[in-house]
Amino acid sequence: MLVVLAALFAVSVVVPFLHSRIGRKTFFVLAAVLGAGFIWVLSYVPAVLNSSQAAAPGQPNAPPEEVFEWIPQLGAELAFRMDALSLALSLLITGVGALVMLYCARYFGHKDRNVGPFAAELFAFAAAMLGLVLSDDLVMLFIFWELTTILSFLLIGYSAHRIFARRSAIQALIVTTFGGLAMLVGLLWMGELAGSYRLSEILDAAPELMSIHPTAVDIAVLLILVGALSKSALVPFHFWLPAAMAAPTPVSAYLHAAAMVKAGVYLVARFAPGYWETTYWLPIVLGFGLLTMLVGAYRALRQTDIKLVLAYGTVSQLGFLIMVNGLGTQDAALAGLAMLLAHGLFKASLFMVVGIIDHESGTRDLRVLSGLVRHQKPLFWVALISTASMAGLPPLFGFVAKEVVLESFYAYAEVTGAEGSVLGWTVLVGVVLASALTVAYSARFLWGAFATKTYEGQRLADTTFHGRVSATFLAAPAVLALLTVVLALYPAGLQALIEPFAGRFEPAEPGTDSTYLALWHGLTPVLGLSVLTWLLGLGTFLLRVRVSAVQARVPALVDSERGYRNTVRFVDWFAVWLTARTQRGSLGYYLFIILAVATVVPLSVVLFTEHTVPESVIAYEQPLQVVLGAVVIAGGLGAIWAPKRFMAVLMVSLCGWGIAGLFALQGSPDLALTLLLVESIILVVFVLALRTLPAGIWTQNPAKFKFGRALLGVAFGVVAMIAVAISMDSRTADPVSVEYPWMSYDVGHGANIVNVTLVDIRVWDTFGEITVLAAAATGVASLIFVKRRDVQRRELHEVPTGSVGRIMPDSALTSRQVREIQVARSFATVAREAWLVAGRTLAPEHRSIIFEVVTRLMFHAIILLSVYLLLAGHNSPGGGFAGGLLAGLALVLRYLAGGRYELEAAVRFSAGALMGWGLAVACFTGVLPLFAGGQAFQSFIVDLDLPVLGEHHLVSSVLFDVGVYLVVIGLILDILRSLGSEIDVRSEEENRRRSISASRTQGHDVHSQTTLGVAR
Amino acid sequence: MTINLTLLIVMGVMLAVGIYLLLERSLTRVLLGIILISNGVNLLLLQTAGRAGLAPLVTDGAEPEEYFDPLPQALLLTAIVIAFALVSFVLALIYRSWVLARQDEVTDDEEDRRVAAKPDYDPEEDAEVETETSEFIEDEQMTLKEGGEDRGDESR
Repeated sequence: MLVVLAALFAVSVVVPFLHSRIGRKTFFVLAAVLGAGFIWVLSYVPAVLNSSQAAAPGQPNAPPEEVFEWIPQLGAELAFRMDALSLALSLLITGVGALVMLYCARYFGHKDRNVGPFAAELFAFAAAMLGLVLSDDLVMLFIFWELTTILSFLLIGYSAHRIFARRSAIQALIVTTFGGLAMLVGLLWMGELAGSYRLSEILDAAPELMSIHPTAVDIAVLLILVGALSKSALVPFHFWLPAAMAAPTPVSAYLHAAAMVKAGVYLVARFAPGYWETTYWLPIVLGFGLLTMLVGAYRALRQTDIKLVLAYGTVSQLGFLIMVNGLGTQDAALAGLAMLLAHGLFKASLFMVVGIIDHESGTRDLRVLSGLVRHQKPLFWVALISTASMAGLPPLFGFVAKEVVLESFYAYAEVTGAEGSVLGWTVLVGVVLASALTVAYSARFLWGAFATKTYEGQRLADTTFHGRVSATFLAAPAVLALLTVVLALYPAGLQALIEPFAGRFEPAEPGTDSTYLALWHGLTPVLGLSVLTWLLGLGTFLLRVRVSAVQARVPALVDSERGYRNTVRFVDWFAVWLTARTQRGSLGYYLFIILAVATVVPLSVVLFTEHTVPESVIAYEQPLQVVLGAVVIAGGLGAIWAPKRFMAVLMVSLCGWGIAGLFALQGSPDLALTLLLVESIILVVFVLALRTLPAGIWTQNPAKFKFGRALLGVAFGVVAMIAVAISMDSRTADPVSVEYPWMSYDVGHGANIVNVTLVDIRVWDTFGEITVLAAAATGVASLIFVKRRDVQRRELHEVPTGSVGRIMPDSALTSRQVREIQVARSFATVAREAWLVAGRTLAPEHRSIIFEVVTRLMFHAIILLSVYLLLAGHNSPGGGFAGGLLAGLALVLRYLAGGRYELEAAVRFSAGALMGWGLAVACFTGVLPLFAGGQAFQSFIVDLDLPVLGEHHLVSSVLFDVGVYLVVIGLILDILRSLGSEIDVRSEEENRRRSISASRTQGHDVHSQTTLGVAR
Repeated sequence: MTINLTLLIVMGVMLAVGIYLLLERSLTRVLLGIILISNGVNLLLLQTAGRAGLAPLVTDGAEPEEYFDPLPQALLLTAIVIAFALVSFVLALIYRSWVLARQDEVTDDEEDRRVAAKPDYDPEEDAEVETETSEFIEDEQMTLKEGGEDRGDESR
């Protein structure tokens, strides 16, 4: 079975290519394939008939099955099982499918290019539908179920240029997917309750499950029924099916009459043997089924489009099918399956007839169609047979099936009536009434499509066909009509086929014989009911003018479609309304809301829970703490006040330095050291990045809501203080870090607990962090350089002396500025040659000899110190971060003193390479112990006994610190090159352009200015 | 645990001032707000380490409880360096915003405004459509008709 399904799907994939070669002849191929599928299904008949339908999988007498392992963790398997129910539906799917394909070969034109994909979708649908009825696994069942939904969506939307088709497709998709999701929950629940996703096992376990988890099973079955109801277009989901008539007629004939809408009926029939006794089953199945049957038939009488007459008729019949298949008696099961097949035969045939009429005459309006009965005899005969079968007239299969259906309802009514319930009789009356309406709309259909009509005394012009209806075109509906006759005359074969399925149910009244399919059961009350339906129906049809007058006066009380449209509109409107309210486009507004929530929620938690005032409170550890705290607070307030950009930055730096002091006082030299270095670098970076921005911080849009912001800030600060105080007060457990000292000394081989924590105990954390650093550095570089970060700078010797940082040619300066520059330059001249490698490249007014000298003196010492911090950090304050930051600071010095060429001279590597190597080293440290059989990042000691330097213990985690060191240097280098060097270049270029335009207006010759031109 | 009022108050002030600045329009001040908030959070972490103690360098004879709790310190060290990277990134953003738009402030998102101003009427879903009585109406007519509808919708 798996092979056949896979083959069918494979065929559907190649269909578009086939279509581009041989055009609409493709459909003959597809019909042949499905015909072969029909024969393949038939080959299962003996095996199915000889097996016991209720046998659990794996038993020797079980129906043919195939199981492949798929997702054992979830209990999902590729399980297929061919029992009598599956067999009957498979025959319907492949048989009608083959005929529909044959029909398509004449329905579509030669030229239409969309037909290739259409054919593929239609064929894939046949495969999915076959998979659906063969699946014995709930997950597979659901997947095929949704596949048919999606393919139905695609097929309805075939005429995608028509708004009506698009809308109908989406409507069908939404409605059936809604039901499908409810069903998914039900199926999964059922699977979990039963402990197995095998459908056959779940059905076997039904009595057990219903006694152990009665409520859960009730609800799960209810959810599954919602899926079935939506798929089979029952009230209140029925409206999607008439709208789906926007699909090409072959699709209507196949999906929306014979196959897909039967999926819901199939599901009901599938679960009925085990679960028809659950609480909600009969009320839903009978209630909604009967309502649908009546509503559908009633509305079919109102339609003027013959395709819609059929569509509402289908809705009505689907309600009928769900009722009878869900009734749960032996007779009803037999009748239900027979009725399902009968409906498939006559309804598909009728849709094809409608398709032919539409195709040949260009209309389906029964107010326009006229006189076809005289001109299109063969078509009329086909339609007559199928319509009569629909109305339940003998000697046709529709009659045979309807007889047993009525019989089973009659028996049900008798049995429940004997128990004193009127339910059965009510249902029977409803069914008879609806059947009478069925007769009426059948007659209306036949009359509407074929009769010669008069309008206000005037005879309508005869409808003419574009051409003769070819035999191939008519073949498919004719074959179906013929089958309707044959099955009525020889029902025994079919009886044998579906009897095993009916055998899974008990008879309505224990001990009675089960019914059988036949044209003549004798003069039974049921025959009387049938005759009654014909008479009532015919009467309704003959009085059609009055009936429609009454119908026109009855207001449509409930219109599900309008309800659906209104729901969709409301969702749209609400989405737009909510967006307009919340999507203000102002970042500050969003932040305000977020922070307000972050203030109010913890505050309400604090207010509505009980707390005691903390007892253990100290004002300060030592007086100096208060002084530093005051400095920090002053810095913070200063940042608010500061009118100039750099003043504000300085104030914030003040905070940082104060906090570094607080760290040191608490007993944390590592933190104090790191924070001091970071604050210094941040200050420099700030100045570098913002130097092109105006000095004043005020913008054109003065800040609004000052008071509100201040209030929120204070509230947040206070709430944070209270929350911290409460949580610290309620802490009772010892910190985990009491174990850290011995761990770091004995296991990590280092005395600096903080450093060992970073490079050993919590090394994964640090590893993640340096990765983030590398990413952030790359982000900075890409924001500034945009294209690539390693710009090729000129070789040092190519850069003319004093060329870097010249802003304007001297001639463009005022005399006062010239004098100032001369003074500045006088400090830049020095007898000795350069202190720094690239110091000479700077414009004289930008040089500071003192700075160059100091840098020259200090650079190597600082680098040495940084290496010391790196290596000694394992046992004393320091480490990779502090070391790297210090080295970075040294580079900052070089850059500030000697300009960008000096920085290039100082570090020849690309920043990316440095960070990459750093990460590689850190990674290497982590991976290395794995080869020695240890864990990732496990520390180990290498003892070295060097001749002169003496005995040394090298701890492997120091190597990790080297990686950190390199990453940090790379980060700072990247920042310097982006926010330093590159911005230098940019602003020099900009100034040059500005001075050129300035000098042009003054009439100077630009090219004579040698100081112009920017060196990369 | 013992609560250190000085640290608690300084933390509160840092957070309050940070949030006040964060809600400004000027990007520079927003950045300063971020720095101050991270300062406040750093102080929060510091307080979770409890009372002041010995620097966490293992020395003979010292009990584990005597050291200043090393775990928050390790967390803080990471936080400080990450904050540095973050500040650099925002600085690059500010520079870029200045170069491209000469703007040093958080501007309103025009796209957001446009979305908010969108009407809830969607012709694809809400227009009244005639029901069709044939699949074989000339396609040209259909496209013409739809084109007309679309224009009508826009003028509405």
